[in-house]
Amino acid sequence: MINTWTDSALTRTVVVEREMAHSPEKIWRALTEGKLIEEWLMTNDFLPVVGHRFTFRAAPVPGWSGIIESEVLVVEPHVRLVYSWGSMGVGSVVTWTLTPTESGTHLRMEQSGFGPDQEANYKGAKYGWNKFIGNLERIVGGLES
Amino acid sequence: MQVETDHVFKALADPTRRAIYEGLTRDGEQTVHALTRRAGISQPAVSKHLVVLKRAKLVRHRHEGRETHYSASPQALAPLVDWMSVYGAFWRDRFDRLENLLDRMEQ
Repeated sequence: MINTWTDSALTRTVVVEREMAHSPEKIWRALTEGKLIEEWLMTNDFLPVVGHRFTFRAAPVPGWSGIIESEVLVVEPHVRLVYSWGSMGVGSVVTWTLTPTESGTHLRMEQSGFGPDQEANYKGAKYGWNKFIGNLERIVGGLES
Repeated sequence: MQVETDHVFKALADPTRRAIYEGLTRDGEQTVHALTRRAGISQPAVSKHLVVLKRAKLVRHRHEGRETHYSASPQALAPLVDWMSVYGAFWRDRFDRLENLLDRMEQ
């Protein structure tokens, strides 16, 4: 078999940050109360409890169920919120960081990983994403040469 | 563009095709015979996989004598790189909506 896919480190990261003229406490509510989350992100059954498993649901589109499987990983009220974000067999981690500023809050979102999640590993090649994204960067890196 | 993207995603969704593509990326041009030896599947099966990879423009081929030589065209991965950046746009849009919500919320 040609089967040489390697478990290369997965380092894709998306960072979005913004200064907001609102207190960390208020932003925290919008990040952690299900009804408020739904208004800006997606419908959900989120609870700010470490270990709580929940789903985000968006309208399905062809090729995507619209379901994101998540688990709460870190809850530090008004400071930091971390949950996993698994979809299409690709797992990642979303980290929210709130830092008070003179005029409000510096809000930072980092989504990192984009590696194969456990569900996809379990399902094997069903989604076909296993190890793929991890290799993408290396292959694309080879484009330069 | 969307059709091309679909072809790339579908072509690489299969582990055997990914392995063939990976082999071509790593080791350079190879004949169908060489690919078949390494894949451990029949030559018709390898040829079918190569057709799918060609449709996605992930591989190109040339004839030399009776042999067909295949090589990787990693440029075709561009749609996937674009796809990764979709998440950046997604979160910026959600930040806008979050800020809009915060403006409407009471202190």
